[in-house]
Amino acid sequence: MKILIVDDFSTMRRIIKNLLRDLGFTNTQEADDGSTALPMLKGSDFDFLVTDWNMPGMTGIDLLKAVRADEKLQSLPVLMVTAEAKREQIIEAAQAGVNGYVVKPFTAQALKEKIEKIFERVDA
Amino acid sequence: MAEQMMQDSLVEYAKVLVAQLESGNAKEAMQTISSLHTQREQVLFQEVGKLTRSLHESIKNFQIDTANSEMKEEMSRMQDASERLSYVIEKTEQAANKTMDMVENTMPVSSDLGDSARQLKDDWDRFLRKEMDASEFRELTRRVGTFLNSATEETSKIDSNLSDIMLAQDFQDLTGQVIKRVIQLVQEVEDNLVSLVSMAGAIDQITGVKHELTDLNAGAKEKDIGPEGPIINPEQREDVVSGQDDVDALLSSLGF
Repeated sequence: MKILIVDDFSTMRRIIKNLLRDLGFTNTQEADDGSTALPMLKGSDFDFLVTDWNMPGMTGIDLLKAVRADEKLQSLPVLMVTAEAKREQIIEAAQAGVNGYVVKPFTAQALKEKIEKIFERVDA
Repeated sequence: MAEQMMQDSLVEYAKVLVAQLESGNAKEAMQTISSLHTQREQVLFQEVGKLTRSLHESIKNFQIDTANSEMKEEMSRMQDASERLSYVIEKTEQAANKTMDMVENTMPVSSDLGDSARQLKDDWDRFLRKEMDASEFRELTRRVGTFLNSATEETSKIDSNLSDIMLAQDFQDLTGQVIKRVIQLVQEVEDNLVSLVSMAGAIDQITGVKHELTDLNAGAKEKDIGPEGPIINPEQREDVVSGQDDVDALLSSLGF
């Protein structure tokens, strides 16, 4: 299971990386915004994408849309982990095809639940 | 005062104008009208001039005065608000990384201690159930001795890491001070901006300039959809969720 973590703050990437490791996912890579992440996703075989929303350069929602528009990446599971908490935005992310949405600040438990739920569905 | 003078002179001109028209003196009447017009413009220029001077003063006040401020030392180190906020990001990032270093450093130590203790407990329970022979018991006492030694060392390592984590929180004091100053600065800028706007508004009123506001509205609408960052006051807002439970409820209402 290869996972890409996209967030503009290195501390947040590190927190997510540690939580994922505790859940048994050790194969992770990092990117600091959508425009760095997209070529990484296209050039490699990631199984899962965890992304923030608000980033300089390309935002997480634009990255999500680009992923869904890409033939090779369109079914990649995407979890959004973000401080963006407007109902409008959550609906926008859902319509763009997000697989899970976690609002910051979050707990290890919330992240675990959402990831497990996503993989249950992907496997089913 | 100036208004009163202007009014008096207008009345004067009007009387002259009526007299000239009644006596059929059209040519002189036209000259009077022209003087009237010139006077109106002069008053206008004076008013605009005064306001422009105040506007200029306001713009000058916009440059935050550092010379006689008590923050001089701080300000010379960090020239402007954005630099100071970068300092906050840097400090909080350092603290977060240091804390995570210490936690990562401590976790294996404490889980090793736990593992050793669990193994010893299993054997100790066997001893209590009298399931252990003399040679095994000698081996067990040796391991207990080793464990107690290492536990003493390891717990002091954990203690020292915990106190490092505690010390790493000292950023709160420093960043708090810097942020307070930035808040002060923003308030000064806001005050100056308000007087600037009212000044500009007064100039518009006198000169009769009207601005198209549609672009501004469009900009505000666009901003609503864009990213906003953490919501500071979720309990006062209708358009935001208040936590993960709200998000889950919203998503399940959308069929997730």
